Amino acid sequence: MADLWLQFVLTIDATLRVATPLILCAMAGLFSERSGIIDISLEGKMLMSAFAAASMAALTGSPLLGLAGGILVSVALSLIHGFACVTHKGNQVISGLAINILASGLTVTLGIALFAQGGQTPFLNKSERFTDIVLPFAEQAEHVPVLGTIYKEIISGHNLLVWVALFSVIVTGYVVFRTTFGLRLRAVGEKPEAVDSAGGSVSGLRFQAVIIAGVLCGIAGTYLSTAHGAGFIREMAAGKGYIALAALIFGKWRPVPALLACLMFGFMEALAARLQGVEIPVIGNISTDLILVLPYFLTVILLAGFIGKASPPRSIGVPYIKER
Amino acid sequence: MNASSLPRWIDIGLLPVLNLIAALTVAGVIIAIIGENPFVAMGVMIKGAFVYDGALGYTLFYTTNFIFTGLAVAVAFHAMLFNIGGEGQAMIGGLGVGLVVLFLDSVLPPLLVVILAVPAAAAFGAVWGVIPGWLQARRGSHIVITTIMFNFIASSIMVWLLAGMLMAPGQMSPETRSFADGINLPLVYEVLQMAGFSVSRSPLNLSFVIALLACFGVWYLIWRTKLGYIIRATGHSERATIYAGHDPAKIIMLVMAISGALAGMMSLNEILGVQQRVILNFTSGYGFTGIAVALMGRNHPIGIVLASLLFGALYQGGAELDFEFQTITREMVLMIQGLIILFSGALAYLFMPAVVRIYSSLRKPTGSG
Repeated sequence: MADLWLQFVLTIDATLRVATPLILCAMAGLFSERSGIIDISLEGKMLMSAFAAASMAALTGSPLLGLAGGILVSVALSLIHGFACVTHKGNQVISGLAINILASGLTVTLGIALFAQGGQTPFLNKSERFTDIVLPFAEQAEHVPVLGTIYKEIISGHNLLVWVALFSVIVTGYVVFRTTFGLRLRAVGEKPEAVDSAGGSVSGLRFQAVIIAGVLCGIAGTYLSTAHGAGFIREMAAGKGYIALAALIFGKWRPVPALLACLMFGFMEALAARLQGVEIPVIGNISTDLILVLPYFLTVILLAGFIGKASPPRSIGVPYIKER
Repeated sequence: MNASSLPRWIDIGLLPVLNLIAALTVAGVIIAIIGENPFVAMGVMIKGAFVYDGALGYTLFYTTNFIFTGLAVAVAFHAMLFNIGGEGQAMIGGLGVGLVVLFLDSVLPPLLVVILAVPAAAAFGAVWGVIPGWLQARRGSHIVITTIMFNFIASSIMVWLLAGMLMAPGQMSPETRSFADGINLPLVYEVLQMAGFSVSRSPLNLSFVIALLACFGVWYLIWRTKLGYIIRATGHSERATIYAGHDPAKIIMLVMAISGALAGMMSLNEILGVQQRVILNFTSGYGFTGIAVALMGRNHPIGIVLASLLFGALYQGGAELDFEFQTITREMVLMIQGLIILFSGALAYLFMPAVVRIYSSLRKPTGSG
């Protein structure tokens, strides 16, 4: 029983680690999509910034400069997305797809040119990464039953970016739902002509939204390569951007429900990792592939209106054309 | 002045070429930044795609994949549906081929099995397309998101089956057993050699002919039949379809079935053409490239054949880059592909204002402007 409890606590701990990039990307998607810009390029931005952050950290030895590099590159991709979708009123899905494919090719190409390690970046040692922060009294807390284990295993021992991710949910919720900027942002995603006639700039707001999305994806990418991992590996985003998008939809474009969806999807992944090759009494060997597909499957079921209803911002995907 | 007042040759000829040049220029700059000569790289790619022994056969082999997936995207586009699910539909199409062959190759003559496997590819792909179609038409879920999710679901199903039930006994890699002898589409070089021509070996097979027939079929369907007219009308306005007495939901499902079938048939080229067993990830991104192909080809079969040839050459020529350069690999092709999608898709009208300005200033002296 005690062993099972520890297993459970460790799975929850892993959930938080796995969910961190999902949370950041889901909040990024929330800003972008609430402003009316579809963002399927979460994946590409995260991949590209993972590469940039690891390269920067490897070259300078500083994880903070890595973070700066990751954010910078991700914002640059956001600006391309904005240039195509807002300035040139291009198709938002196509632009996002282009960025994803571009990132897949560019990371490996640049990686080989810079480090000649088959597209990877060099291994980052402890001083070049965001390391786990052990909270005070974590070791002593071990002896306290239940609460102590929770404190030591789940709450303590995460790196800075995990906390940033959780904090980003609060900030997103506040900015989008409690500030004038957030009100305008949501209005631009629902009824851009209203913002326009009130004297607001539709393009300006949408650009701000995609830039914020870029910053958050940049942190997510940095987390992958210089906090959770120790260097960049090709295709290391591995569909996480799309899972985050699914979580955003699952959370109906709201911060806290999206956070919960990210945690749920993260839990599935952590559970799948833990159950790999484990024989469970009665049921036998559970196929981990089938657990990993659940996020996509559940999102389809939700979108089909079988569990609640997810209605996107009304003007999502529609370029705004000013009437003359 | 806008797009409609430009002559057609500018809209469907000049602008795509300008977009392509822009994409290649950016790619060239990146190649230069990493310290290689872009013109040398281009030369290597062209030689690798067309000049070397058997190169053309390989190029046309890849072209076949892109024609199928490009047509799939284009047909859906005509009804204003964005099918990003070509990748998954092709995988499931390949599963269809595999199931038919694995169940029947010990009981039926090879020719009959092949004849049954072809519609199986289309039917399985169609099913994987029609479900998102149904979800869009009847349940209101957005086709872009559902087709993305269906790609992942398809991929998981393939892993699950190929590493499980369908895995060849005594094998470690996730793939089925090989098909029985004689169960494959005829290879073009073998046929030509039998006819007395000397052609070097390549994987080009009958699928190429099927792909060209599909091009004709799509052209005929979209521009020469009543159904095609209704499909295009649905793309412009669902209300028009209702007024004409048709159910837009049915049209959407039908279009997604056709689109899925075309994507599913891509598996003929890979599975029934060369692999003769079902392997994991045989679609290797061809479904996504189909989007670029359809965009460049302006959703017209002739344009799609030309764009497929371009991408076929990029893929085959890109493989050559691996041999010739230390620092350039085939991922370079992926990068170029991303740039092409960006410029000819999302930024399709980047050069329009400039072209309009130049065109109208050239027209002015002759009067009408």
